[in-house]
Amino acid sequence: MRIVVLVKAVPIVGNERLLDDLRVDRGSGLEANGNDEYVLEEALKLSEAHGGEVTLLTVGPSGAVEALRKGLAMGATRAVHVEDAGIAGSGVRATVAILCAALSRLEYDLVLAGADTSDGQGGVVASAIAARLGLPYLSYASKVEPIGEGDGVRIHRLAPAGYDVEEAALPALVMGTQVLGEPRYPSLRGIMQARSKEVATWTLADLGLDAATVGAATAGTQVLSAAPPPPRGGATIVREEPDVAVERIIEFLAARRLV
Amino acid sequence: MSIRLTDEQRALRDAVRELADERIAPRAAEIDATAEFPWDVVKLLAEHDVLALPFPLAHGGLGADLLTTCLAVEQIARVCATSSLILAVQALGSLPLLLAGNDEQHARWFPDLAAGRMLAAFALTEPEAGSDAAALRTRAVREGSGDADAWRIDGNKRFITHGSVAGLVTVFAQTDTDPAAVKAHRHLTCFAVEQGTPGFSAGKLEHKMGIRGSPTAELLFDGVRVPDSQRVGAVGEGWAIAMGTLDRSRPGVAAQAVGLAQGATEVATRYAGERRQFGRPIGEFELIQGLLADMAARTEAARQLLYAACEEVESGSPRAARWSAMCKLVAGDTAMAVTTDAVQVLGGYGYIADYPVERMMRDAKITQLYEGTQQIQRLVVARDLLAHGA
Repeated sequence: MRIVVLVKAVPIVGNERLLDDLRVDRGSGLEANGNDEYVLEEALKLSEAHGGEVTLLTVGPSGAVEALRKGLAMGATRAVHVEDAGIAGSGVRATVAILCAALSRLEYDLVLAGADTSDGQGGVVASAIAARLGLPYLSYASKVEPIGEGDGVRIHRLAPAGYDVEEAALPALVMGTQVLGEPRYPSLRGIMQARSKEVATWTLADLGLDAATVGAATAGTQVLSAAPPPPRGGATIVREEPDVAVERIIEFLAARRLV
Repeated sequence: MSIRLTDEQRALRDAVRELADERIAPRAAEIDATAEFPWDVVKLLAEHDVLALPFPLAHGGLGADLLTTCLAVEQIARVCATSSLILAVQALGSLPLLLAGNDEQHARWFPDLAAGRMLAAFALTEPEAGSDAAALRTRAVREGSGDADAWRIDGNKRFITHGSVAGLVTVFAQTDTDPAAVKAHRHLTCFAVEQGTPGFSAGKLEHKMGIRGSPTAELLFDGVRVPDSQRVGAVGEGWAIAMGTLDRSRPGVAAQAVGLAQGATEVATRYAGERRQFGRPIGEFELIQGLLADMAARTEAARQLLYAACEEVESGSPRAARWSAMCKLVAGDTAMAVTTDAVQVLGGYGYIADYPVERMMRDAKITQLYEGTQQIQRLVVARDLLAHGA
């Protein structure tokens, strides 16, 4: 199975910073979005079990290549990095257009995307790509398995009373959750091999896109203000010995009818 | 000379650091307390190819240079010195084979060693031959000829790191008792001996101050018969092999020392920011700041000397012995001083096992002792200075 995994390079969690114009600072310290690593792990497991190859696809500034290198070290076959000065500040619609143009130049049976990203948290890019490319869209997968010899894909989605099972013909787009399972650490051999794997860099011109259709000027939304969350106050810290502490905590919860 | 790590070296170092922080650090206190060899860490390091670093690509290794292997040792020692020895001693025990072994021997043992299916140990030291390593008494006598060409080894080794868990031990024995040969250091020969060979056994394990999870064994050789195909290098070449091995392995001890110093500095710095006395974090007091600044500066100085020494040794410098002795000397003393100061920063909390710095301080001491005491390092440096100029 030929799988494309959508990867976003996000600011290292804990180091996020906004620029003066309230856009996320992507100038330094990027890493692969956590959710994307979970679906990459699933893609690697599928390709190991059923054959095939895994291509990473990202749109982002030059620093995004670090996120791709890690994915290649984990075992992905190759990577595509769409990088163009005109892309900075693009909104969801332009990002989707770029990713769709890139996907149209790749051969794939399955596209995998993480649930959302730790920076933007819009969570709509995957569904928008599926809609625009006319791909079946299977969301919130907790398990992914192929049907037959490339006939289709089946997913499980956690539901209040167990899980739903959904199937679709290929090609399809699956959005996965962390229930899929922990991503692997890259092995040292993987890291050394990653240095010689192909990372293709594509520009807007390579994709046949007009720079006037993407970028900050075309964004349909704008961040008007941003403020750090207010400090949490009023925490009650229980410091007694365990036996006493348990009673105190139960009293606290019982008083609020939580137990 | 300035050392800039390559992108690949930084990526490998960071991967080992992540593995060490997330998977090894949580085990460190228990490994020290139980003094049990951490086979789970062996498995972890093997799974992530860490043990493959020093072995040739052709035999399942990663063909890493000395600096890269030392970067990995340093990162592991930052959180657990015992665990860092798993890689360092895998390299040490295999070095005689790497330096003097033939293709057949490489093909026979390196794949298992690189994959971590087998551990290696280096057996030079004896009860009466420590710093005076040339005075060893273990004897190897040739027996048989042709296909039956073999050696019979008798004697005892002591303080052999991983001696009881290694599947393969490179052992040094006297093969020529002629005083002229002894004087010319042509009296020793190296052999590779596998665990399970009749007559070969591990005796008592030492009860140690530090690196407590790392088994330090007495090795007994009682009429051990070893085919000539397991002789490493030429007859009489053993001393040169042992010294060549130490030139390349002492930076590994320095890497442990730098890692220990770095780990202790990190713990002390964090503590100084959190611990409040007199109404503010103790890190705001200049006497504490002075300790922290010196710890960081000394650690970095030792690290830079280590990296420079790795480059010198790797590039085949004729001064390799001097460089490797200098970096071990400086890094070992740095680790001892910095971990001691870390205990000082933590005060009473530094002295108890709830915090890792007392363990780091105990672990640091060994870096001033093994693979040549600091006094021996000074002899090596001074002899080289006097023979070749400063």
